[in-house]
Amino acid sequence: MPNNPAPLAEAPSTEPTEARHITAALTRTSTGHEDLRQLESGLDSLQSDADRKDRIDWSRILLPVAALVVLVLAWQFYVSLGLKRRDLVPGPLDVLGQIGVLWGEGKLQEAVWTSLQRGLVGFLISVAIATPVGLLLSQVAPLRRAFGPLISGLQVLPSVAWVPAAIIWFGLTDATVYFVVFMGAIPSIINGLISGVDQIPPQYRRVGTVLGASRLQMALQIILPAALPGYLGGLKQGWAFSWRSLMAAEIIAVGGTIGFGLGSLLDQGRILSDMSVVMSAILLILAVGILIELLVFGPIEKRLLRSRGLLSGSTR
Amino acid sequence: MPVVLENLGKRFGDGAPVLDDVNANIGKGEFVALLGASGCGKSTLLNIMAGLELPTSGALEVPSDGAAFMFQDAALFPWLNARENIELALQLRGVGKAERRVKANELLELVHLGGAGDKRPHELSGGMRQRVALARSLAQDRQLLLMDEPFAALDAITRDLLHDELERIWKETGRTIVFVTHNVREAVRLGQRVLLLSSRPGRVVQEWDVTEEHRTDAGLAGQLTGVITARLREEIRRHAK
Repeated sequence: MPNNPAPLAEAPSTEPTEARHITAALTRTSTGHEDLRQLESGLDSLQSDADRKDRIDWSRILLPVAALVVLVLAWQFYVSLGLKRRDLVPGPLDVLGQIGVLWGEGKLQEAVWTSLQRGLVGFLISVAIATPVGLLLSQVAPLRRAFGPLISGLQVLPSVAWVPAAIIWFGLTDATVYFVVFMGAIPSIINGLISGVDQIPPQYRRVGTVLGASRLQMALQIILPAALPGYLGGLKQGWAFSWRSLMAAEIIAVGGTIGFGLGSLLDQGRILSDMSVVMSAILLILAVGILIELLVFGPIEKRLLRSRGLLSGSTR
Repeated sequence: MPVVLENLGKRFGDGAPVLDDVNANIGKGEFVALLGASGCGKSTLLNIMAGLELPTSGALEVPSDGAAFMFQDAALFPWLNARENIELALQLRGVGKAERRVKANELLELVHLGGAGDKRPHELSGGMRQRVALARSLAQDRQLLLMDEPFAALDAITRDLLHDELERIWKETGRTIVFVTHNVREAVRLGQRVLLLSSRPGRVVQEWDVTEEHRTDAGLAGQLTGVITARLREEIRRHAK
């Protein structure tokens, strides 16, 4: 490896003798090393944004809460008009009472915990399967051409369609539920990762090549981090598909050794024709979805985008 | 001679040749400006020298360890801060972890960005990004540094300063630099030698020496710029229909 003869350490600031007579912009514009450093630092501070302090933005919290309050009030108003029978359209207070009753019975905790546990385990296993498969498909062209259409197709196929098949194969067991979750989540995570890799600016690979990255270094140190925003989008969608598929499976497949989840609660409400139980279950399913987005994906995504300068000007 | 180009030619598929019979010798520590209008295959020639593309005819001699490369856009990785971008180049070169940090800080100091190491690329101005990119290409520690219009997208004030900066760093590090540009003034300002490439196909049609006098006497420099511009326009006029 050739070394450069000149040391990196700075030579004593020698004023170039030829700088004595400067007449036009074609020639040197600065009068020496120190002058150049000052000019550059001045320009740097002119061209960089001043650091902005992050404050808690209350509108982020207050606006969604206000929107929720408005919706609940509108609901209550509609119910109090008395156009429909109360047992068909329960009001917010009825549903709240029902949720309290379910909590008291311990049914609510059991349902939420069972479903959440299954959803998370199913999702994590899906991530573990889909990530290497997605990387492989995005890097090996023949594999991608062969299996790409199938994976995209699987993403379009509602995973609910697998429930009857799963019940026939696995009976009323947890395996049925997990199988349906996998069929929902895995294709969408693979697709997210592939599209994330597809959107990497080609310049990054060129830089990697010029810097002498091996194939493995390229995949792990350049392609994977570059594809992270798309991958995260895929994970988000994968979670949504897990959760939806799980609910579908729980509603259809009830009994056997399958535990009691939110979908089962919903189905129970339907069988008993108890609209307030049905509404409670729907709201709980929604609430879990919102909480996961707010507490898990939201902060991760925001951090990722902010650190890459992709947040400015967005309405997030 | 770190770089020797002999009868170099390049064509893509069955198309017309992009480069045809390019001959040039570039000495160690020399600063050569490669000048040409659009479509003269400047970037292709640079890619060939960097080993990113292969020539279709002719021969070339470049240092066996390859060349450092600086692009028109800084092409910094947005998930790394300025220092980590430089450290990545050192890491891919096989420099140990502890040494990387020290070396990266030295290089940042060299481009006068000692205080900006923790900033992400999007927090830096265009000129600062290009200086980080320059530091990264120096981190590659190759004798030959290829630069593909690195200052073309910058504003005039910043570009003037970066000219001074590049000249200073060239003198401090003793690199051999091939600098591609379509700006005659820039070529005269920076190069010790200016090579003019013709367009379609690209070929070295003329070259000029730029002496130290040209750098201090604006009159002389202006004269040379005029001569080169006239020759460049002649080359462009050839393609008028």
